[in-house]
Amino acid sequence: MTVRVPLTIDDAVAALHDAPESVLLAGGTDLLVATNAGHRRFDQVIALDRVGELRRWSLNTLGTSLFVGAGVPYTTLMGEPFASLAPALSQASRTVGSPQIRNAGTLGGNLGTCSPAGDGLPVLAALDAIVHLRSSAGERTLGFSEFMVGVKRNARAANELITGVTLPILTGWQGYSKVGVRNAMVIATASSCLAADVPNRSVRVALGSVGPVIIRCTDAEEWIVSRIDWDAAAVTQADVDEFGERCAAASRPIDDHRSTASYRRHAVRVLASRQLRRAFPNG
Amino acid sequence: MAEPRTIARERPGRIGDSVLRPDGVEKVQGAYRFSSDLPVEGALWGATLRSPHPSARIVRLDVTPAWAIPGVETVITAADVPGLATYGLVQPDQPVFASDVVRYLGEPIAAVAADHPETCRRALEAIIVEYEVHEPLVDPERAIDGSHPPIHPGGNVIRHQRVLSGDPSVVGDIVVEGDYEIGMQDQAFLGLEAALAVPDPGAAGVELHVATQWLHEDQKQIAACLGLPASAVRLVLGGVGGAFGGREDLSLQVHICLLALRTGRPVRVHYGREESFLGHIHRHPARIWMRHHADRTGQILKIEARFVLDGGAYASTSHAVLTNAITHTQGPYRCENAVVDGWAVRTNNPPCGAMRGFGVVQACFAHESQMDKLAAACGLDPVAIRLRNAMRTGDRLITGQVVESVAPVERCIRETDALALPDEPIGGRFDDPMRLPGGAGLTADRSHIRRGIGWGVAVKNLMFSEGFDDYATARCELADGVATLKFATAEVGQGFITIAPQIARTLLGIDDVVVDRIDTGIGSAGSTSASRQTWMSGGAVDAACRKVRERLFEHVGGRWAVDPLRLVIEDDSVVDSLDPDRRITVSEATAGRRFAETVEFRHRPTQPLDENGQGDCHTAFAFVAHRAVVDVDPDLGLVKVVQIATAQDVGVALNPLSVIGQIEGGIAQGLGLAVMEEIVMRDGRMLNPSFTDYLLPTFLDMPPVLTTLVEEPDPQAPLGAKGVGEPPCISVTPAIVAAIRDAIGRDLHRVPVRPHDICL
Amino acid sequence: MAELYRLTVNGVDHDVADAWIGESLLFVLRERIGLLGTKGACEQGECGSCSVLLDGELVCSCLVLAAAQTGRSIVTIEGIAPEGSPTDVQQAFVEAGAVQCGFCTPGLIMATQRLLERIPAPTDTEIREELSGNICRCTGYGRLVSAVVDVARRRAEGDRG
Repeated sequence: MTVRVPLTIDDAVAALHDAPESVLLAGGTDLLVATNAGHRRFDQVIALDRVGELRRWSLNTLGTSLFVGAGVPYTTLMGEPFASLAPALSQASRTVGSPQIRNAGTLGGNLGTCSPAGDGLPVLAALDAIVHLRSSAGERTLGFSEFMVGVKRNARAANELITGVTLPILTGWQGYSKVGVRNAMVIATASSCLAADVPNRSVRVALGSVGPVIIRCTDAEEWIVSRIDWDAAAVTQADVDEFGERCAAASRPIDDHRSTASYRRHAVRVLASRQLRRAFPNG
Repeated sequence: MAEPRTIARERPGRIGDSVLRPDGVEKVQGAYRFSSDLPVEGALWGATLRSPHPSARIVRLDVTPAWAIPGVETVITAADVPGLATYGLVQPDQPVFASDVVRYLGEPIAAVAADHPETCRRALEAIIVEYEVHEPLVDPERAIDGSHPPIHPGGNVIRHQRVLSGDPSVVGDIVVEGDYEIGMQDQAFLGLEAALAVPDPGAAGVELHVATQWLHEDQKQIAACLGLPASAVRLVLGGVGGAFGGREDLSLQVHICLLALRTGRPVRVHYGREESFLGHIHRHPARIWMRHHADRTGQILKIEARFVLDGGAYASTSHAVLTNAITHTQGPYRCENAVVDGWAVRTNNPPCGAMRGFGVVQACFAHESQMDKLAAACGLDPVAIRLRNAMRTGDRLITGQVVESVAPVERCIRETDALALPDEPIGGRFDDPMRLPGGAGLTADRSHIRRGIGWGVAVKNLMFSEGFDDYATARCELADGVATLKFATAEVGQGFITIAPQIARTLLGIDDVVVDRIDTGIGSAGSTSASRQTWMSGGAVDAACRKVRERLFEHVGGRWAVDPLRLVIEDDSVVDSLDPDRRITVSEATAGRRFAETVEFRHRPTQPLDENGQGDCHTAFAFVAHRAVVDVDPDLGLVKVVQIATAQDVGVALNPLSVIGQIEGGIAQGLGLAVMEEIVMRDGRMLNPSFTDYLLPTFLDMPPVLTTLVEEPDPQAPLGAKGVGEPPCISVTPAIVAAIRDAIGRDLHRVPVRPHDICL
Repeated sequence: MAELYRLTVNGVDHDVADAWIGESLLFVLRERIGLLGTKGACEQGECGSCSVLLDGELVCSCLVLAAAQTGRSIVTIEGIAPEGSPTDVQQAFVEAGAVQCGFCTPGLIMATQRLLERIPAPTDTEIREELSGNICRCTGYGRLVSAVVDVARRRAEGDRG
């Protein structure tokens, strides 16, 4: 029985190389829930919360992309400069759990767990984030859509450490909306992230909690591009409604104790429509 | 709003003052010991094996693999229960451990004691149980129609009771009806079930430190199952982290005592949250049909109703919950004619029993929904229809009982109506998204939101009903100017330990009052439930202090050679009322002397209902009105409650700060039932036994509460004060639902209201 | 490492021996170190009763793996008023009637202390959002908000005075 507390990424990767069966511990907000319930037992833990490098973030030299270390807690992501550079990420971070959870929980943990209800994930999907993985063999990167492969399943190999994500800095409105029954501390019943990339004339939408993975609404995205008056930031109400329908059509929700499939489909239709209207307020 | 009165007088701490909790400082420092905070050197941990099926026959039970695990000290099953194999509050129909069949998911089958919780967990996993799984009975109607074979020797109907009043053939010009559904609510006290059992040498008896609502009832049931005399089972109240009805039934008590007696060592048992959901009773889910007949002015002429309460696998207090539900069909309104049919049935769902409001919550949601339908049909507003029918003292209920309590229904409604509506626009002056439905989820803009206002008014019976011999015991000892109070009244957070000394100070003219340990070392105080302890234990403390005061006056009268009847307490002294210069402080008068009196206080007798539901079954009543303002996102079905206004009939506010606390806390629980709290069941399985998925209101879900205390002392009550615990959580639920209906313009007939009920 | 590790709680080092590796900080604080003021009510980070400060940040101790916390500063309810006299926050909770059963209280005291460090004069909405991770089942939150407002006001008056 061991707990390793590496201080550098290299040490963490080495520890993982030595014992790839180890459990990786980030903020603990998923792992300890399972452990407390007796659903998980383990003998080897690598605790990542003191790897200072994982808490770093940086802008590239052109200011076109943002790297966020896997260990940056949500509380940090809620504030500046993230609120300006990647507002959707900031908004999503504010909806995660409680203040206590946001102090401990990290984007890396969200990626490691890969729940369809993970609040950070629709943002990463909508922004086509790149996930950085490191092993003793070196670094590997995957697009988010390649990374998340199922309910709580991802493409991380046992000897790999998630070190962070790279997000594009977009020009245009972006936002994250989440439906839950309570006004705080609630798991998403349905969520949506919409990001407009005005210079490139594109709109990206990703939905959470309405399928086994985060769902990109590519049909709706492609359809809406030509219907937007990009210079006037305008779109007709009929097109807003149709956009919502197309997003809802992409969802694959189920009935469970938190809600029904029909409500979830309805909710993402409303969320995507409202977000499109916020992005293009005119018309 | 009613701000608690500040303590201005020279000698604070009397009745009517907002005295601070005596345990407050310990609690804010984390020094207060709850029943989970009682570590003892050498204590073992206990844990319980529970059925994974709602209905099954146990084909094989083999505990030997658990014994083989290092650290396991004992394993017990039904075969190890030395006394009565079953227990229960009203009838002993629930096995300590299931032996032949299991009747709900979570039913205890075995228990272990070991050196570490993790060892316990592994031991439970090692126990072999083979089941023959049966189709569970989960539809209460099938329990009534007899289409499912009996799941218990007691049959599938726990109680069937009618209330027939007046002329059943009356038909009104205006008739409104509806079907209503109430989901299963959980008490969700924060302090999980926990206890410490310490065996006596030679296993002759046991001392149990436990969080409960009624020490003596626990003692009686435990002793019967252990096959010991009650005197061998001594209970001490462990610190109680909330109760709300959920600790009235036994949970871990018999198991832990058996483990301690078996091992000869102290044992601690702590439930986790999931086990707590499985291990205690819940509020009865209900289906209610109700039809109101009225004349064109809106006066109610007749009510018809049918109640079906799902009692789950065992009876618990279903019998009494049904009484409350059907006898409160009319709500706080006059009505002479009624035809009510009530069923409490047995299913393979979790057992249901007491929760704050106890049957009246269910009835009130139906009758208040009906009142709004009636108002609409008569062209009246929600306030007018309620004032038109408001009950008064002297009115005859549908049970034939005459309301003798002070009944300020009209005043509660008018005082509530007089409280100011919110003056800020939707989203607040700064259009803060956190103040919109959906909050930080940023789901809506102000333009998407509609506001609604709704009303609810309730009557709640106080104390136990139907002929139960209800009493409370208290002792007061006065010596050297210090009063010591002893009672077995469970302090669960409500603040009896605050008001009991207030009573003693007021009557005895002293400052120093000590509350002795709360345990079974004195007679029963009855249950901390049914809004009864202020009246009952308060009455007992009041009576004991009065008797002690008589003894004090006899003593002083003897010294002064005057008639004791001339003596009074003024400030801190005994004073001769005919010669006010003659006075002696109580401290001086009691120096070196000791006066002690023990009193059993009873409320007036009640009667069981007859076959037609007639009889003076209730002791007294309290009344309350609620007005809710909500903001709703009609497209997403999300709700934010913006304000609750309330006026409550409290008789006398013995401690206004405590009363406000009860009112605000009760409202939060009623809000929870209105919009989020429900144990979701499917095929006898609980789908959300955790705080991740059983949602409780947070700081961001509770609005400001405006409160007016309606103080009309009730001459029946020993201190003029009515119990205040239950009324706040009763009519706020229908008020919130009415406000949602008002905002969206469509009918809603079940609680909790779910987003899809609003928008799909 | 899990066989023996050292935690620094309220400035005092505690050696934890023979612990199971999966034990939460909550369990170790209560059962191995004997600090019972921190309460557990959900084991899932959904109630805030177990809130402590870890290197100055508010976290749910039920979700912290104890064995990985060597060298960090852990502050519990027992450690915020070392002299034994209540802090202004604690005093305000008692006086405002913010305590009933008291089970959520230690966690709420920790959360409030941290809130007022970060935001000395919070708005009503800020109070509610910052404390929204702490469930209280008894009070309905009204007296709790009132207690927080009282402390903020008194501190502001004290600063001016």
